[in-house]
Amino acid sequence: MSTRVVVDPVTRIEGHLRIEAILDDNSHIGEAISSGTMWRGIEVILRDRDPRDAWAFCERICGVCTTVHALASVRCVENALGIRVPQNAEIIRNIMFLTQMVQDHVIHFYHLHALDWVDIVSALKADPDKTAALAQKVSPSFPLSSAGYFRDIATTLKKYVDSGQLGIFQNAYWGHPAYKLPPEANLMAVAHYLEALKWQKEIIKIHTIFGGKNPHPNYLVGGIAAAISMQSDNAINMERLNYIKGLIDGATQIVEQMYIPDLLAIASFYPEWTQVGAGLGNYLVYGDIPQNGISDVSKFRFPRGAILNKNLSEVLSVDPTDTSQVQEEIAHSWYEYSGGKTSLHPWEGETSPKYTGPKPPYKQLDENARYSWLKSPRWKGNAMEVGPLARMLVGYASGKTEFKDVVNDALGALKLPATALFSTLGRTAARGLETRLAVRWLLDEYNNLVANLKAGDSSTADTSKWDPSSWPAETKGYGFTEAPRGALCHWIHIKDAKIANYQIVVPSTWNASPKDGKGQRGAYESALIGTPMADPQRPLEILRTIHSFDPCLACASHVISPDGRKLSEVVIVP
Amino acid sequence: MGLDAAMLPQVVSALETKPRLPVIWLHGLECTCCSESFIRSSHPIAQDIILNMISLDYDDTLQAAAGFQVEEIRQKLIKEHPGGYLLAVEGNAPTADGGVYCTVGGDTFLNVLTETAEHAKAIIAWGSCASNGCVQAARPNPTGAKPVHQLISGKPIINVPGCPPIAEVMTGVLTYILTFDALPELDRIGRPKMFYGQRIHDKCYRRAFFDAGQFVEAWDDEGARKGWCLYKMGCRGPTTYNSCSTFKWNNGVSFPIGSGHGCIGCSEANFWDNGPFYQRLSSVVVPGIEATPDKIGTVLGVATAIGVGAHLTATVAHRLSKKPLTDKDQPTADKSE
Repeated sequence: MSTRVVVDPVTRIEGHLRIEAILDDNSHIGEAISSGTMWRGIEVILRDRDPRDAWAFCERICGVCTTVHALASVRCVENALGIRVPQNAEIIRNIMFLTQMVQDHVIHFYHLHALDWVDIVSALKADPDKTAALAQKVSPSFPLSSAGYFRDIATTLKKYVDSGQLGIFQNAYWGHPAYKLPPEANLMAVAHYLEALKWQKEIIKIHTIFGGKNPHPNYLVGGIAAAISMQSDNAINMERLNYIKGLIDGATQIVEQMYIPDLLAIASFYPEWTQVGAGLGNYLVYGDIPQNGISDVSKFRFPRGAILNKNLSEVLSVDPTDTSQVQEEIAHSWYEYSGGKTSLHPWEGETSPKYTGPKPPYKQLDENARYSWLKSPRWKGNAMEVGPLARMLVGYASGKTEFKDVVNDALGALKLPATALFSTLGRTAARGLETRLAVRWLLDEYNNLVANLKAGDSSTADTSKWDPSSWPAETKGYGFTEAPRGALCHWIHIKDAKIANYQIVVPSTWNASPKDGKGQRGAYESALIGTPMADPQRPLEILRTIHSFDPCLACASHVISPDGRKLSEVVIVP
Repeated sequence: MGLDAAMLPQVVSALETKPRLPVIWLHGLECTCCSESFIRSSHPIAQDIILNMISLDYDDTLQAAAGFQVEEIRQKLIKEHPGGYLLAVEGNAPTADGGVYCTVGGDTFLNVLTETAEHAKAIIAWGSCASNGCVQAARPNPTGAKPVHQLISGKPIINVPGCPPIAEVMTGVLTYILTFDALPELDRIGRPKMFYGQRIHDKCYRRAFFDAGQFVEAWDDEGARKGWCLYKMGCRGPTTYNSCSTFKWNNGVSFPIGSGHGCIGCSEANFWDNGPFYQRLSSVVVPGIEATPDKIGTVLGVATAIGVGAHLTATVAHRLSKKPLTDKDQPTADKSE
């Protein structure tokens, strides 16, 4: 009889996710289902409101990847109203975007993912002197590498464990045979878990400077709310710029001297994880970080494109305005479509929630029935993976030198072929490599801002379309971004100065989606197939692969309208 | 205190071996911004709280274990320490359709919350979701989301509103409880008076511009560059009780008004339905915003057109400033012009 492994809640993620895996006789995963177990209905709540307020509602879809929905939303409204934001606003939004990406990726690596690879209990056996030697070898320039520093960390850890109150570390999988790091590497990782926890609150102050707070900084349709004046102590000025520059320098050190060396060191102990977790092999990227306005796709730092079947010799063209490309299916989702339809464009948005799952409390879901609050978005009929690996592959396959260099550096250091990227470890590595690019671009964008200010431009907002009396009676638009977890797009229909319809297709819906009508699995499900499990009672291997995607379920599962009301049709205005 | 020096090691040892207060941190319908805010705390830092001050025994966002191992921890605490743990709740519970819109470990979040609350020493309702409903409870509240105090009775509940609350307010509430072994003094709606006792406006560094009638009239105008008052841009500072203008955010770096955007009132009940955010407040309650959908658009257009023009005279502002706002004042869209 086959073994069924249920992981619910999947922890160290955002939101509520359930995974069920069915093992074959060799303890390999033969079937897997991914179920989003919450929804909130933000799109319905948006209806009839002022489009200029939409960013604030959308931002609350997620507080982990805070800002990304706000950014997509202001772009969406600006697209509908024909607003091009001033260059300073574009650069500042890029700075906020990159700040988010760097901070979020570092938190993911250390606080949400590292404990899948790092055994805290083993760290108790580490010799601080040997740990210092290891740290200095792995990252010669990083200052926190003395034996005394690691002795302090070891003492803190020992005291904590001796207290008998293990808090968030209790009842976990310590000693599991899949943990491979030596004690010293484990202690180094524990030290950096704590360093990253201290640092994440620093870099994010860039959001506070421009947006007043974090989480959930303020955005503005038409630009940014913070004004710039070099002659004022009450605006973005030299003091604020210096503050930002210092934070970027700090981030560069953390990424280059801590995160990347740790990533490569840990990866070197887990070469077998380049053979596990490849999944779909299909990748989708909308692109982002505009250098000449959001409509000039050719000038994005993250290029747009799609890859099918791991074919890196061809980058397919993607157009979010082409209504035939993205479709949502509900064959295994708790919804129904009218007239027996099986697949709809997101802007047709016909969504009737219809829970047909077991009555809670339940023990298991039925993989042959409907089993998730997530729909199944598909691109030209294909299930797609989105996120850092997709972005790095599309950049790499597009022949962008920056992408090729960081990828080839890492592969060279680990002595791995490019195909190693198609894996759980490849996905985790891609996130780190992307962070290297992001922190460089952060400095570039800061320099762009200073250059633009030196050129005499201090404008931060275009207010020509602020007043709703300047708007057409009816208009439609879309706004996209590359959230830390992948491609994100919002669609809006504005009528009589109010939101008539708002639609969102988010990264984790792509990745965590259930099977579609053709039986094609979503990215999580697909990546789990074939994974060997050493001990089904302790599902460490499942966590490794699922965490490699950095799930964000609050994002994924908001995309609903209740009561079977048909959302009005939106035609995309290019 | 007459303590024999020879006894000191024992005292230190006693302090160090005193068990840390167990905390169960549940997540319902939410966006995790409260957890993110919590780890931004600068004093104390999150590491000190987690390692030295509390025993964070259950928190799905940070927990190493997953699945049944993590639910085991919760069950064990409930059974072995009834009345001995603090329950922190982030998010709220959907109550429509039997609670199927949020399940954890196969059971409804509503059941998980009720079961865990029953044996808690006290409950901290983190953020606006848990304290007053927040975004998913905004009109038309499709999941029937309800804040903790509407679902749980017979337990002390501390409401710490904000979307999210300020990091140091969160850690301030927690460390107050640990330090004084008592709940902080609460106001009539369950908020700690020490952090929610005064309006943002009353302590705002831009208040002098309000009193002088110097306002930002349009984004990026001269007033915006000089940092004048954002009242005409819809600022909710006059009706919002929070510490933003005193503590500020992210270790005092700035706060919304300080970075040129009005307060949206995120710690007030129903703030999402008291918009639009860019319509300025008035103490004059004018019904009608919910009259008909058609009317909203028209009214909105007119009011905003006036707002961005230079027509709002200091008279209105002075009228407001001379009339002290009371607890009963609610933010309402101003359509009186």
